[in-house]
Amino acid sequence: MQIDIMEIVWVFVIGGIICIIGQILMDTTQLTAPRILVLFVVIGGVLGGLGLYEPIVHLAKNGATVPLPGFGYSLVRGALKGLESDGFLGILTGGIKETAAGISVALVFGYIIALCFNPKSKAK
Amino acid sequence: MKYQKYANKFVDKPKYFLNCLKAFIAGGIVCEIGYFIQAAFMYFGVDRDTSGICSTILLICIAQLLTGFGCYDTIAKIGGAGVIVPITGFANSVVSPAMEFKKEGPVLGVGSKIFSLAGPVILLGIATSWAVGIIYWILMLF
Repeated sequence: MQIDIMEIVWVFVIGGIICIIGQILMDTTQLTAPRILVLFVVIGGVLGGLGLYEPIVHLAKNGATVPLPGFGYSLVRGALKGLESDGFLGILTGGIKETAAGISVALVFGYIIALCFNPKSKAK
Repeated sequence: MKYQKYANKFVDKPKYFLNCLKAFIAGGIVCEIGYFIQAAFMYFGVDRDTSGICSTILLICIAQLLTGFGCYDTIAKIGGAGVIVPITGFANSVVSPAMEFKKEGPVLGVGSKIFSLAGPVILLGIATSWAVGIIYWILMLF
């Protein structure tokens, strides 16, 4: 794969813009970080369902899949894939199947890290 | 009071702008790291989907290791939402509450606190995917 300069620019710009939206939400509203994470996943899912996130992913690749709306998008994409292949049961299982790698690594590797490291108590 | 309102006009605006700029740069860099990890996997002949999954996994592992070493809070102070909104922020939110509750044991302490922030994100994400899937299913019936 040859590295395309325009692709790199789009990854940076779209990824950055999604983070700016998060920053504006954090600064102007009283939403805490976990709420913003949830909000972004749901927004990504809804946009994915409406078919509006697909073009962004095509344009920006990792710029759209690395931020959390991309997580919501792949959950929805998995559910729709499941619906196509297995019918109704596919809706229930497809989302997790599509994101299984990310979720299980985050949980298990996170568990190992939490057991191995002690929190650094920093004077603020 | 009037003076304070007047002064706040000049204090807040540049801070908003600066925070947004920081978030833009930090978020862009995180996405570029993901992009280049994926590009590296594809360079070695891994197909697009698998290398995408590998890059996500590596980003999560890097973020959690940094959290373990205690660097992630420092990065988050500089980058703001730029490192919270990407998947790295999710990975961080899995580890950091779990580490704090280590004293309560490996099962009820660490094991349950792993989900204290990640739980809602995963749960509501799956709920959204169900909702969208069921809407599509109903539309297919007609």
